Amino acid sequence: MKRVYVNEEWCLGCHLCEYNCAFANSGLKDMAFALKDKKIFPRIHIEGDNKISFAVSCRHCTDPICVKSCIAGAISKVDGVVKIDRNKCVGCLTCVLVCPYGALAPAEDGIMQKCELCLHNSCGAPACVAGCPNKAIVYEERGEEK
Amino acid sequence: MKKYVIIGNGTAAVGCIEGIRSIDKTGEITVISEENHHVYSRPLISYYLENKTDLEHMKYRDDSFYKDNGCRVIYGKKAVKISRTSVTLDDKTAIKGDKILVATGSRPFVPPIAGLDTVEKKFGFMTLDDALTLEKVLSKDSRVLIVGAGLIGLKCAEGIRDRVGSITVCDLADRVLSSILDNDCAAIVQKHLEKNGIKFMLGDTVERLDGNKAFMKNGSEVNFDILVMAVGVRANSEPVKTAGGEVNRGIIVNSKMETSLPHIYAAGDCAEGFDASIGKNRVLAILPNAYIGGHTAGVNMAGGDSVFDNAIPMNSIGFLGLHIMSAGNYSGVCSEEKTDNTLKRFFTKDGKLCGFILIGATERAGIYTALIRDKTPLKTIDFDLTKKVASNFIFSKKIRGKKFGGVV
Repeated sequence: MKRVYVNEEWCLGCHLCEYNCAFANSGLKDMAFALKDKKIFPRIHIEGDNKISFAVSCRHCTDPICVKSCIAGAISKVDGVVKIDRNKCVGCLTCVLVCPYGALAPAEDGIMQKCELCLHNSCGAPACVAGCPNKAIVYEERGEEK
Repeated sequence: MKKYVIIGNGTAAVGCIEGIRSIDKTGEITVISEENHHVYSRPLISYYLENKTDLEHMKYRDDSFYKDNGCRVIYGKKAVKISRTSVTLDDKTAIKGDKILVATGSRPFVPPIAGLDTVEKKFGFMTLDDALTLEKVLSKDSRVLIVGAGLIGLKCAEGIRDRVGSITVCDLADRVLSSILDNDCAAIVQKHLEKNGIKFMLGDTVERLDGNKAFMKNGSEVNFDILVMAVGVRANSEPVKTAGGEVNRGIIVNSKMETSLPHIYAAGDCAEGFDASIGKNRVLAILPNAYIGGHTAGVNMAGGDSVFDNAIPMNSIGFLGLHIMSAGNYSGVCSEEKTDNTLKRFFTKDGKLCGFILIGATERAGIYTALIRDKTPLKTIDFDLTKKVASNFIFSKKIRGKKFGGVV
């Protein structure tokens, strides 16, 4: 299946992916209205220093430990996409404790949110990738390991 | 067609069902549920009392789960005896099974306190029924005494805080959450809870009870309306023990979740499996391990090949806005990162991270957990950098390439 992959040598550390993610999941039509003067809670984040940077978001693991560990049964894997039911989540952060990639962070309300590849918002494909100016993140098939 | 019997209807049972179905789509699965409830998330009972979830959202799997997975569920019956090929219920029905999973969980340990029988309103805090019966007696002027300042006792306190008059928590240990926190971390959590109106009597315990009064060991008396017993739990290992299987603090299992009895597996809070953080067997009664152990058992019961050999103790728990995480053991050398409101403690041994405690600073903690699980040599990463904020930047470019450029 298609996932978001990182080409770290191309990442400029511009953080645009974070803004595009926050906007895509805001449900709003105007980016300035959605984000201006607000602390954003994106589902992707940039790590690194001045020289090397790269984006981190959910890897949609083959065998996701967050799904197995969620105390509320709120995280599931459907058609390869690891999803969260925010109505079931109680914000215990067990998924944050177990995700080996540090890819998960709660939303502003303390309840978890996560990258669902923009498949269910108005973008239909990852907004972080669409807005990346240097192709440092791509959305493609890289083959499944057996 | 293979026949499977699962004793228990909690997290390990669900893991087992999903494990079986990943291999065997048609075998007959029978689930024996002592509780008269669709599978629900046990740890959510405090959130239920706190109005942060409801009975519908507490369901651990959808209403159609058993149907979708072709399971027959027998509610309200207890398994009293098992043999290599069958399970006998308390109504004497025998159910045949080629493979049996014991996922009977645990029960509260109630110490023999003099006068306990004179207390009218006393409760455990383990099951949904416990929470529902407790809820019925809560009132704005109730004085509640909770015996036990562990995870169960304190989660109960948080859950009912806004619905009662006062809460006092006592524990024989000299600190709160003694199973997961050291002294300094426990003191921070205790202070936070006290600020939120919860009173503590630590290093002290109830010696005698008389109606609505508790006589404490140190000589003081506590008047209460409601008593919650949250001293500890005991594994429900009887089915295996009486069948002659090997039992210690829990049912002893190997990394395939097999008990010492052929065809009989165990998982969840009743089982004593391998704890990779100490290198020996231990009961690790936490939900992730229940699911993973159950799933491992299910795969193996269905003829697949699965092992669970990297279990470690770990907890993520919040109390009234303060998040706490812990993992591994604290036997190593301690180093810490501290701010006014947060404390992170790391324990290293033999060049590896063996444990941590995080209070109020839990960002990307899974990176730390993975360092323990993977036994990553700290000399291969920039560990000092990641103590402040956990980051994948500590890994080499090659490892990052695998993590973020490949299928994982």
